[in-house]
Amino acid sequence: MAEVAVRLENVSMRFNLNRERVDNLKEYFIKFLSHKLSYNEFWGLRDVSFTVEKGERLGILGLNGAGKSTLLKVVSGVMRPTFGTLETYGDIAPLLELGAGFDPAYSGGENIYLYGATLGYSRNQVKGIWQEIVDFAELQDFIDVPVKNYSSGMRARLGFAIACMVDPDILILDEVLAVGDKPFRVKCEAKIQSLFEKGVTVLFVSHNLEQVQRLCNKAILLEQGRIIAAGDVDSVAAVYQERSGARPRLAGKK
Amino acid sequence: MAKTLVQETGLLSALCVQIERILPRGLKPHWQRFMKYRFLLQELVRKNVRLQYRGSALGLLWSFVQPLLFALVLSFVFSAIFKRGDVSGVPYFLYLLSGRLMFSFYSDATSSAMRSVRQNSGILKKVYVPKYIYPMSAVVSRFVMFLLSLPVLVVFMVVFNYVQINDGISFGHFFTFGYHLRVLYALVPIVILLVFAMGVGLLLSSISVFFRDTEYIYSVFTQLLMYLTPLFYSPDDIKTSEGLKKILRANPLYGLITMFRNVLFYSPGVPDLVANENPFFYSGFQLGYVAFIASVFLIVGGVVFKLTQDKFILHL
Repeated sequence: MAEVAVRLENVSMRFNLNRERVDNLKEYFIKFLSHKLSYNEFWGLRDVSFTVEKGERLGILGLNGAGKSTLLKVVSGVMRPTFGTLETYGDIAPLLELGAGFDPAYSGGENIYLYGATLGYSRNQVKGIWQEIVDFAELQDFIDVPVKNYSSGMRARLGFAIACMVDPDILILDEVLAVGDKPFRVKCEAKIQSLFEKGVTVLFVSHNLEQVQRLCNKAILLEQGRIIAAGDVDSVAAVYQERSGARPRLAGKK
Repeated sequence: MAKTLVQETGLLSALCVQIERILPRGLKPHWQRFMKYRFLLQELVRKNVRLQYRGSALGLLWSFVQPLLFALVLSFVFSAIFKRGDVSGVPYFLYLLSGRLMFSFYSDATSSAMRSVRQNSGILKKVYVPKYIYPMSAVVSRFVMFLLSLPVLVVFMVVFNYVQINDGISFGHFFTFGYHLRVLYALVPIVILLVFAMGVGLLLSSISVFFRDTEYIYSVFTQLLMYLTPLFYSPDDIKTSEGLKKILRANPLYGLITMFRNVLFYSPGVPDLVANENPFFYSGFQLGYVAFIASVFLIVGGVVFKLTQDKFILHL
């Protein structure tokens, strides 16, 4: 029996969508006194259960608005589910929108320490892999430059390098493999492959079906917050293709 | 040097292990999480202090120069224009400087803590981090900057011969036993102010996530608080009814700043700032009151923060 890395049981996530946004006191009190604080309920996730074993790579598929990002936020602990339980075992490194934790006025090198600490690592731990991160991100010449002067590609490379080098147990990837130019993308995939070999657990969200099939061995398909298919990646991908084909593609996007 | 550092951290981690052992079961996970993220607290404080004056020519010197300029301007305005003299024997410039250092720590710490959660919403939405780390680091950073600016006060106490007046000793014997003790007494109001600012900061940071008005209201409130605290006037100048005076004294900053000044400037030869025959620079009642208020704010701030933090993400 393999070790469990992530287990979700009957997880549901409710959002209260205010009909009108109330974010100032005056409106709040008026509405409160006149009992007009009404919400539209919206379930981002409904009754989601699955288990990811250690070393498994789970692809999460679904159309826009299906609840993929919400699911990742629940797993990474950013959001607490309204109902249900979540168990995770090991260090989680989220790779969601690379570089969200950077301070623009801080130099690249300093941001490595800051981002490392945000992921829960000590200064000494980061010091040991600092050079490796810089080399991987190919930022040797720019490491003392404030991140605000970085190009978006440089920023993404740095974010990716940090999250991979800290050697997490669970890696959460949200559409981030489209980073940098082709050589760098190849390097990223190679790095992720090497993490696979070390037995890292991966949760991967992407619309790129081919990439999901290449990187993952299992998958789930979400629709309107529910899991409608789960199992090995190819069978779920087939369901996804059938489903998404049935819906007219949004015009204008590519 | 490096070796002592290692030893120190060794001692510190041993202490932390001991703390973990004696904690009740319910608090243990919280403590463990704090221990894991204490590096983030360190990094954030380091960042805030470094970035505060980065890009300015004087750099960290600004933490001395700024309060100095402030006190110079105000003492010029009040001494030259309004003919304001010493306050109970304390040179007006020193009186201003000491009060302003304490007050601006409080106002800077609370207002940057208030904004901290919203400012870091980008991270809080993506990565799990204990959310209180952000207001906490804002307060601690301001505290570090406050400590860095204290030497300016020491310098001017020497310039105004204060050290000699008090202790009859020269600067060469600055750190005699008597002065050591006095420094310890000055630490008490400083630490209580830190606790108070932490409590207010936690409270404000969680409220301001839900109501943006808080930021505007609080900046006006801080202004009011500044005038209600005896920074550039003496408590003896207050010419109102006794009832109103009592209300003014209820302001914990009033007590804390008076305590701080009493420690610095009190000496048997010079009349005291508040009628206080106590050899301990401040009365037990005064100490008890501010300590009580600070603890209440810390507890209320902590509880409000804990109860509301899961909803932050929906409002950020």
